[in-house]
Amino acid sequence: MTDEALLSIENLRVRFRTPEGTGTAVDGVDLAIAAGETLGVVGESGCGKSVTALAVLGLLAAPPAEIEADAVRFAGRDLLGLSAEERRRIRGREIAMIFQEPMTSLNPLLPIGRQVAEPLRVHLELSAAEARDLAATWLEKVKIPDARRRLGDFPHQLSGGMRQRVMIAMAMVCRPRLLIADEPTTALDVTIQAQILSLMRELKEETGTALLLITHNLGVVAQTASRVVVMYAGQIVEEAPVARLFEEPFHPYTRGLLRSIPVLGGRTGLEAGRLAEIPGLVPAITERLAGCRFAGRCPHAFALCRENAPPLFAIGPAHHARCWLQVHPERRRRDD
Amino acid sequence: MLRYFLTKLATLVVLLFLVSLTVFTVLFVLPGDPAQIILGIHATPESLARLRADLGLDRPFFAQYADWVGNLVQGRSALSIHYKMPVFELVASRLAVTGPLALLAMVFAVVFALPLGIYAARHQNRPQDLAVMTFTQLGLATPEFWLGILLVLFFSVELNWFAAGGFPGWQADAWGSLKALLLPAFALGIIRAAILARLTRSSMLDVLREDYIRTARAKGLRERTVIYVHALRNALIPVLTILGLQLGQLLAGAIIIENVFFLPGLGRLVFTAIGMRDLPVVRDVVLLMAAAVVFVNFLVDIAYAAVDPRIELH
Repeated sequence: MTDEALLSIENLRVRFRTPEGTGTAVDGVDLAIAAGETLGVVGESGCGKSVTALAVLGLLAAPPAEIEADAVRFAGRDLLGLSAEERRRIRGREIAMIFQEPMTSLNPLLPIGRQVAEPLRVHLELSAAEARDLAATWLEKVKIPDARRRLGDFPHQLSGGMRQRVMIAMAMVCRPRLLIADEPTTALDVTIQAQILSLMRELKEETGTALLLITHNLGVVAQTASRVVVMYAGQIVEEAPVARLFEEPFHPYTRGLLRSIPVLGGRTGLEAGRLAEIPGLVPAITERLAGCRFAGRCPHAFALCRENAPPLFAIGPAHHARCWLQVHPERRRRDD
Repeated sequence: MLRYFLTKLATLVVLLFLVSLTVFTVLFVLPGDPAQIILGIHATPESLARLRADLGLDRPFFAQYADWVGNLVQGRSALSIHYKMPVFELVASRLAVTGPLALLAMVFAVVFALPLGIYAARHQNRPQDLAVMTFTQLGLATPEFWLGILLVLFFSVELNWFAAGGFPGWQADAWGSLKALLLPAFALGIIRAAILARLTRSSMLDVLREDYIRTARAKGLRERTVIYVHALRNALIPVLTILGLQLGQLLAGAIIIENVFFLPGLGRLVFTAIGMRDLPVVRDVVLLMAAAVVFVNFLVDIAYAAVDPRIELH
């Protein structure tokens, strides 16, 4: 992890202790994001992407969550060593987050102007009038039509896309250094998705904030991120610059994800003939697995994969993959 | 908003009409002849018939109903058979006891229930929560009259802080009257607080799991703001419903507690009036009780609209 990283996470582990047993949601994740960078984190539901983000923000309730890491450093500070109050001061001020569900992520009983103004009031201690004015400016920035007159509107009066714009304005008002976006476009119509993504890129350019973009959609990552981390069952399985990941994916899971992107004309990212799916499901977090976690769903798996967990191998420049095929390339089946 | 208000108002009027018809019908078919009760069992058939005619009891059902409602609407009071005074005056004097008693009880209920419910929700499944749940379970299982008697034994007999019962009247002794209501209101309030606290707790727990609470925390709001601004208002919506039902119920008279504390309230009035077949009193009071319940629910509907901006769309 480099010194100039804005956020660096080393060996993050998150466990949930439940009556049914202890489950490991995040198992030894290393992440670094530089100031102003856009990092995509990709994986299926339940692979630990969101939990990682929530752990960084300090939004996981402990118990049941148990969070351990060698270090979680943000702008030179060790986040896990801070008091709850110190972490609260960072949330919304230096690290902001937007969520998947714009329909339920806004408080139904409070006007949107007030909800957008709240971080300004609490973090920058602006007066009500100043905060209101700045909130209106931000609602204009996220292209809410007639923003100033809509400060008193309630969430139910807005469409899903508009609500997500409000969420973005609310996250950006204090000009955070890092914005975590957890599936920001998943719940939206396809046409709206593109608008929201380009809006986020625009605001990122303007404010220079770093963006941690969590998604299961590689298409979203291709349009937005410069570097991609692929997660599977609580671990990073592949990490590469975005162009390289799309051109030379190494891990069978990444290849599976790429093949499952529908492309107009029936061609997919790997030029294969038909849309593929990855058989099976992400293992439940309470399932203890020997060997590679993907082995059960992997078309190339052999004895070694089922017995020993692979480390993260260097594949190329800034390219890593957690797969035994690195040392046993002959095991890769030809049709893949 | 105006349309919502008018719709609810129309519902209120229709409900009151149906209630009045039901009350009247039930009392009409109820056995027991008021004339016989007034004149005693040795009255001659002629005098009974004369009195029935005087009271209008010989007229057909709908004529009697029309007389009753007509008089009510025009504000003309019937005369109580037993108390020999206008029913309206009688009811007004009893309402001056029951009304403040009900309100005071609900103040006690809310003052205890909300903080306890919020506190329990914030410490879910921890000892603090368990303590609140145990305490409220106890409250649910406690009969009102028994709690009332305990209060009298302790605060009146042992400590001598309050009179053991009775009501001096607001004109005669306002402070004494208020004091006379404190113990019974406390007994009524505590038991309702038990239900409300549990409801507040579960409602808060539901709301605290909502996405917008996570958003509020992600914004870095203080925990106090998250709980009291973002969570509580949402959690209060179901609590408001039960609060309204409880208030309506209490306005309809707390017969048992009024008896324990010898309070001349509506509950005791209707209890006595039924025994005496004092029909003019019974039907007016029962209608008033029903109206109180309906009216409080109307107020709750209005309160919903004030709390929840989504209401005007529905």
